[in-house]
Amino acid sequence: MKKSSLGAWIAVVIAALYFLMPLVGAAEFSLRMIRGIYSFEAYKVVFSTVFEDTFLFSSVIALLTIAVSVLIVVPTVYFVQLRLRRLRPIVEFITLLPLVIPAIVLVFGYIRLYNSSSWLPLTGSVMATNILLLFAYVALALPYMYRAIDSGMRTVDVRTLTEAAESLGASLPTVIFHIILPNVRSAVLSGAFLTFAIVLGEFTMANLLNRPVFGVYLVDANEHSPYEAAALSLIAFLITWACMGLMQYFGRDRRAAKPGT
Amino acid sequence: MTAIAAAATVAKPARRLSSTTLALIGVTPFFVFALMFLIFPTIILVFGAFVDQSGNPTLNNIYKIFQNPTLVDAYVVSLKVSLITAVGGAILGLALAQAIVLGNLPRWMRPAVSTFCGVASNFAGVPLAFAFIASIGPRGLLTLWLSDYLGISLRALGFSVISFWGVVLAYLFFEIPLMVLIIAPALDGLKREWREAATTLGATSLDYWRHIGLPVLWPSLVGSTVLLFANSFGAIATAYALAGPGFNIITIQLNNQIRGDVLHDQNLGYAIALGMIVITGVSNGLYIWLRERGERWTR
Repeated sequence: MKKSSLGAWIAVVIAALYFLMPLVGAAEFSLRMIRGIYSFEAYKVVFSTVFEDTFLFSSVIALLTIAVSVLIVVPTVYFVQLRLRRLRPIVEFITLLPLVIPAIVLVFGYIRLYNSSSWLPLTGSVMATNILLLFAYVALALPYMYRAIDSGMRTVDVRTLTEAAESLGASLPTVIFHIILPNVRSAVLSGAFLTFAIVLGEFTMANLLNRPVFGVYLVDANEHSPYEAAALSLIAFLITWACMGLMQYFGRDRRAAKPGT
Repeated sequence: MTAIAAAATVAKPARRLSSTTLALIGVTPFFVFALMFLIFPTIILVFGAFVDQSGNPTLNNIYKIFQNPTLVDAYVVSLKVSLITAVGGAILGLALAQAIVLGNLPRWMRPAVSTFCGVASNFAGVPLAFAFIASIGPRGLLTLWLSDYLGISLRALGFSVISFWGVVLAYLFFEIPLMVLIIAPALDGLKREWREAATTLGATSLDYWRHIGLPVLWPSLVGSTVLLFANSFGAIATAYALAGPGFNIITIQLNNQIRGDVLHDQNLGYAIALGMIVITGVSNGLYIWLRERGERWTR
């Protein structure tokens, strides 16, 4: 069985060349801002402009997306596993919808349903549009958050924990958020980092709702300086990498802990 | 004493009732959210596709798509991009997955490639587009290298990063890794004993793949390809940032329609959205059905 790994090596090397090409390209391009020499000028410019505001905006929305997702998904998974098993197929179907309906179609629906003359004018003011964008991102993150938390909660004896806590007089919110949630912490974190990466790179919905997120800023930045755009792209890639690394770390942590619990 | 006992017996069924009620209250936010941000927005579009501007039922909106050459072309280009990136991504992803799962490479390689695939499959959109422009754009690193050292001009060869094939090349950056992530578990499901049994019986590598490997894998392979197809079909940001709002794929058409009502016909926009939901819906349904068939072997 130790033979024929030559083909495998060739496949991996070609893949490495293809996947590294845009990254090396972006890195090199971002250093070319001053003609003739390599410099970090593009990064200096990026960090001294509104990048921080837009990055902060995207980060805050990402963190709120994670918080709202946890508040919605954790009780749902908990009750479906413990008491409402018959709802499981419906809940799973709903959590798959954001993968089936393209983001552009969803946001089209939002704009029509929540326009400024509708019953709930979520596109009427800046704050309301921010809230709409937040819920749009909760929808985008739903398939990943649900799957992460559902598989996390399967490894925990939800029933015993609940009965133990209730017999000690804990209220239901206490059970869910102080007993169950800490037990699925690593699953939640692994879903959270993926959500953070998705929200940070999102463009379609924010563009149509006119919100100044990172992706929209990136397109604008490219208009006046492709060097800054390249620098920002590379930063986005590194952040995605960090998020996925952390996601895998916490995902692994959960599986490793499984036999012990 | 009897009063307490009585209170306890009364309280018990009351508590059980309230626990189911509590459970229902607990899942209410989820269903309210689903109705408001997934189901109603979809229903309003689907409904709007079948009525005219004054609300009378009609099939005219769908008919009008077929009458509009730009829209037909946008659907065709979208289907072409999705088909090429799905099939290409599936074949190349399978080759890479096969290499890391069955290729006897150093042990550290599989987790490294898997992690990278997790990153790359989520690295779609605007940053990806700019990374491609920075490398194979008119002033990109690879473009300059090729012309300086090898005398090859990408432009003379008719290649442009903001063209159809540029978009295909960029889409493969997230399609191939996605394929690796989905198909690697299926390759793990190919049991070593099958291979050994086949070899013992005198089968060549080709015989093995033709009679055992591929028949077992095919539901997973077709299923993954369909998922990749849906993934490309719904994408917009990468193509938008790469080739601009003039690139004629259906997602960009819908985007322009929402932005400025360029078709001057609200209900036509709904029909475009309906067409997209049907295509991605059928693809995803097919994927789920085929995945279940594929899982029979990996259990």
